[in-house]
Amino acid sequence: MYRYDTYDQAIVDARVEEFRDQVARRISGEMSEDQFKPLRLKNGLYLQLHAYMLRVAVPYGTLNPEQMRMLAHIARTYDRGYGHFTTRQNMQFHWIKLEQTPEILAKLATVQMHAIQTSGESIRNISADQFAGAAADEICDPRPWAEYIRQFTTFHPEFSYLPRKFKFGLTASATDRAAIKLHDVGLQLVYGPDGDIGFRVYVGGGMGRTPFIASLIRDFLPAASLCSYIEAILRVWNRNGRRDNIHKQRIKILVHDLGAEEFTRQVEAEWQAIRPNDDDIPLVEYERIAAHFVPPPFEEGLDDRIDRTDPAFSAWVERSAHTHKQPGYAIVTVSLKPIGGIPGDLTAEQMEVLADLAERYSFSDLRSTHEQNVVLPHVRKSDLYAVWAALREADLATANLSLISELIVCPGLDYCSLANARSLPLAQKIAERFADEERQRDIGELKIKISGCINACGHHHVGHIGVLGVDKKGTENYQLLLGGSGAEDASLAKIVGPGFSEDGIVEAVERTVEKYRAVRNDGERFLDTYRRVGVEPFKEAIYG
Amino acid sequence: MADPIAIPADLRFRDDEPADEPAVSLDAFLDQPDAVSVRIEGGDDVRRLLPMLDRIQLIEVDFPRFRDGRGYSSGRILRESGYKGELKAVGDVLVDQLLFMRRCGYDSFAPNEPIDHAVAARALSQYDFVYQKAADGHTPVWALRHG
Repeated sequence: MYRYDTYDQAIVDARVEEFRDQVARRISGEMSEDQFKPLRLKNGLYLQLHAYMLRVAVPYGTLNPEQMRMLAHIARTYDRGYGHFTTRQNMQFHWIKLEQTPEILAKLATVQMHAIQTSGESIRNISADQFAGAAADEICDPRPWAEYIRQFTTFHPEFSYLPRKFKFGLTASATDRAAIKLHDVGLQLVYGPDGDIGFRVYVGGGMGRTPFIASLIRDFLPAASLCSYIEAILRVWNRNGRRDNIHKQRIKILVHDLGAEEFTRQVEAEWQAIRPNDDDIPLVEYERIAAHFVPPPFEEGLDDRIDRTDPAFSAWVERSAHTHKQPGYAIVTVSLKPIGGIPGDLTAEQMEVLADLAERYSFSDLRSTHEQNVVLPHVRKSDLYAVWAALREADLATANLSLISELIVCPGLDYCSLANARSLPLAQKIAERFADEERQRDIGELKIKISGCINACGHHHVGHIGVLGVDKKGTENYQLLLGGSGAEDASLAKIVGPGFSEDGIVEAVERTVEKYRAVRNDGERFLDTYRRVGVEPFKEAIYG
Repeated sequence: MADPIAIPADLRFRDDEPADEPAVSLDAFLDQPDAVSVRIEGGDDVRRLLPMLDRIQLIEVDFPRFRDGRGYSSGRILRESGYKGELKAVGDVLVDQLLFMRRCGYDSFAPNEPIDHAVAARALSQYDFVYQKAADGHTPVWALRHG
């Protein structure tokens, strides 16, 4: 993975000192909360219902064991012994004291971590395919490009007071594991007409209260022009995006209001104006970064078979091990969704177990995923049993990946000041209702996503089944949505009908699932059945 | 961190004489072939000034609220287009915004509220290195790396 040089380190260290100064001025009263708020947000510090929450960047979801152990140390020392992986591959701590944040950031800087631009109206952490460098279907490793974009967008002076937040999604595979079309900018690495690498550029996707699938604005952008083209997109939005209504300020609204064609025309014109300034970072810098991502020394000639005589192990392998580009190796996804647990939460001890396993079995490489899980990207197939046994010891071997109990869930009203309804207890109830492993396997791939308000942090718009918590005259109420997808076949889920109480929505989910089982064709996923038969049979089953 | 830089008493980081005409609105400026000072409001398109940059001595850009970042793009566009005169950020300009404004080409400031010069000196000298080219001529780290 990428390692800082003295320049990167100096920039992160300077940010720690700058923030120390800003916190001191806030505590002394020299700065108002109104003035401090955007400054702390640009450093990932939120004020939530009970305490400050600090969001630590995990750039493009890549971590090493030393960093994971530091996160464990912070969880134990400054929080209540656990941390939470977010849907943007970052880690959040929910019980932080303002006066301790400079010290926490200084410690993070010692392991090349920071909280820069993890919040606020800025360019956020870049989401990327968590299987990068291991996936059999990628055309190249997207991580060097993610790091190249990270550097270009860090403290970009022109784009630090944007109309709203701005998020990149990046993949190098036709199978989209990074939900790029639900990002402000989605970049797919592709080969161009001459066989050179470049980018397919999508703009204006996003969830929140007004969800949109991104529009394709450029089929092929030469890699050498990436930075200037990004500047053009951002500049068109920074100058012309709305600033009068916080709910209409994301780039997706501008793309929608102008229309994709007119937006594209403006970006292309701006790009032509910017190009003579030579703002692009030369590709020799990309090559320097790429040298940090050479493949680890895989062993050749390993046995490609897995002994699956132990049925519990076999069930876990079925869900958690994925095809690796190197024969004899597998990619392992560790589910952070135990039945009855809080999705995405990890204790300090579990973080240390994962750090140890990565060191011993995965070339010291760890990834976080937008589905709030952790990946060990390079595990020898002959080591899978040992990895599984160690994970089981740490309560990390739930074999439910992409099954109904592996939910994506926002923190909801238990933590968040924006939420209208609790989402965590509901997730626990749904997971418990479908806890039976046999039943889950029979239902097959089914992604449930729950948000506690219309801001959609739980990605309910792209759930095969989505649940949205709303406030109905002072009581929590839940709406059911069907048919969303955040993958390469992206689609937005639609509300089925009137909302439900907490118990009612669990019942509605179960009726939906049973209807699916009754009408599905052999081997057909829930989503595909829904797309084939439409909403009516489900409506009837739920409300009939 | 470099040595704190000196902050001029008038927050004007230029050696030439200030323009002696008050800035007028963009529309008024475009109607007056002799005017040398212009004031840009939030929604104005600074590209309308590009044909006459040579004659302009002062461009004031209003920041109605510190969160309104349109002026950062205005500053860069003017500098990229070759504007060499004074570029003044006026309005809700706070000490923690000075660094990025300087990087976007602003060389003079008229904040609504007074700025603590010691804090400004620290804020402007906090970062020895930057990742990207901008209007301030700071060499980005990629150029340092590849000398």
